[in-house]
Amino acid sequence: MILAQVVLNGFLMGAVYALFSSGLTLIWGMMNVVNFAHGDFVMIAMYVAFVVFTALHLGPVFFVPAAAMLLFLLGVTVYFGLVRHVMRGPMLAQILGTFGLALVLRYATLWIFTANFVSLPENLLGDVVTFAGLRLEPSRVAAGIAALALTIGLHLLLTRTALGSRLLAVAEDRNAAMLVGIRPDPMQALAWGLGAACTGVAGALIALFFYISPLVGESLALIAFVVVCLGGFGSVPGALVAGLTIGVVESLTSFWIGPAFKDVVVFVLFLGVLWFRPQGLLGKA
Amino acid sequence: MSAQIAARALTRGVGNLVLGVLALAALLCWPLLVDNVFYQRIGALVMLSALSASAWNLVGGYAGQISIGHVLFFGCGAYASLLGYTWFEWAPMVGAPVGIALSLLLATIVGTPTLRLKGHYFSMATIALAELARIIVVNSPVLGGGVGVSGPALPRSMADLSFISPVPYYYIFGGVLAVLLLFTWQMSRSRMGYYLRAIRGQERAARSLGVPAPRFKLYALLVSAGFTSLAGSLYATMVGFVDPDSGFGILLSVKMVIAAALGGAGTLFGPLVGAALLVPLEEFTNAMFGGGGTGITYVVYGAIIVFISRFAPGGLAEILTRLQAWRARRAG
Repeated sequence: MILAQVVLNGFLMGAVYALFSSGLTLIWGMMNVVNFAHGDFVMIAMYVAFVVFTALHLGPVFFVPAAAMLLFLLGVTVYFGLVRHVMRGPMLAQILGTFGLALVLRYATLWIFTANFVSLPENLLGDVVTFAGLRLEPSRVAAGIAALALTIGLHLLLTRTALGSRLLAVAEDRNAAMLVGIRPDPMQALAWGLGAACTGVAGALIALFFYISPLVGESLALIAFVVVCLGGFGSVPGALVAGLTIGVVESLTSFWIGPAFKDVVVFVLFLGVLWFRPQGLLGKA
Repeated sequence: MSAQIAARALTRGVGNLVLGVLALAALLCWPLLVDNVFYQRIGALVMLSALSASAWNLVGGYAGQISIGHVLFFGCGAYASLLGYTWFEWAPMVGAPVGIALSLLLATIVGTPTLRLKGHYFSMATIALAELARIIVVNSPVLGGGVGVSGPALPRSMADLSFISPVPYYYIFGGVLAVLLLFTWQMSRSRMGYYLRAIRGQERAARSLGVPAPRFKLYALLVSAGFTSLAGSLYATMVGFVDPDSGFGILLSVKMVIAAALGGAGTLFGPLVGAALLVPLEEFTNAMFGGGGTGITYVVYGAIIVFISRFAPGGLAEILTRLQAWRARRAG
């Protein structure tokens, strides 16, 4: 019974991992740009949730969309202000640019909010419910289900709509897409906006049950990198499967070995997959 | 006409030579010109940072395989030195070969599978391994845990290489850097240098011409890892203390990349130039805005990096070419 509880908690956390990793994989797969500020996007969204809640006393119904909109704007701004120019340089310039951005976001937040850990009240969405012997924390359940739905929604948007087809066309071949009349610039800006908005929602959802600190993005970014590599670059279903796997693996490791070692197992798993299936679980060879 | 061109080439050659000699003289005399310990310390830190950035440059610049986990090797060197002292009372540099051996082993483990692949796999695997090392060290009391390990508090003999003044370190680091740069220069003119540049330019084409790409990428990584580990041991010798963040922190890896990229990745002196700009920048912003954990230093530092990558994605080399083009336009 305890094991079922552990797996469930891991699954719910994994769904949130899947959502913010989908944001990263969308940008990564479309433009082959690695956003090193991705974890800090999550962190910013967490602070948006915190500020909206403490200053305006508004609940998740308000702060989740607020985080999504603000992060969408941030993503588009970063694309037009930085990434578009950085892309004409070598790959090193992308690492430099996005990492510099990460430093600015992370330490500006540290300067404003100090290094203290903060969190939202645990029972924001109500008290723990016991169902069939499982303890269900409403905040985790809501976050997990919302994240799962949004990840699937993003996948449907990419594969079932004309807009998604245009996005994927630019990802596949920029020049060919231009030949058939798709302007790549707005599409790439949209990819940044969408990717960041997904990250924003995920951040606001994590904030429901996770500690908030300016440096929290660092470890979350590493998880996102692992999820994207495991799932295959640019693959949203891959990110979903890999995110859920990582969540459950982390949870089981914490239970069996100890919480300090959960990342050890995740990274060892990652290196193991690189040895045997480098294109990722669902990636194309 | 041709005499004019020859004369111009000659003056440029002589000019470059004079400039080179002046730069070398300035490097050799720097600690003697300033008698302020703060500046002398910055000098030593520049040399150390240039050393690790130049080591990174072998695999990241020449071979074009961007490692973002090079701190893994740096940490191995630093920890091997100080753990050698803690466990066996060795002089810190005695542990250096152990650190190098461990680094070569880890480089083989991470490099063998990922260097066969294209794209970001190598970068991601290096980050993962470095972070893995950091977590393991934090959770192992034998390795100092989260607190870290210290070197000898007082020098027991000359072998400890423990000095109060930063000047001896400046020359030690500079000497090792000179060896590395000499090696890099030799390599860049050898078969391996051409292979690596071919791989960086277009790996598929290089392979189709018979370049054993994975093997040579691995060679570059091994040499690079060895020198980075040595830099870590030297750092530990100077500072006499290392903890998980100063030994395996991800920020350190990125600083190596940034120094090399700023000065020009894949050029001989690029990492030295980059380090000579970045280290003083960091030390001065620290001194101006104060450490104190407010983080303003890193905001300034990050903003400058963003600014550089936004307006000159090719690093300083790009700025120089643009400047030359501008001067040529104005003259012509």
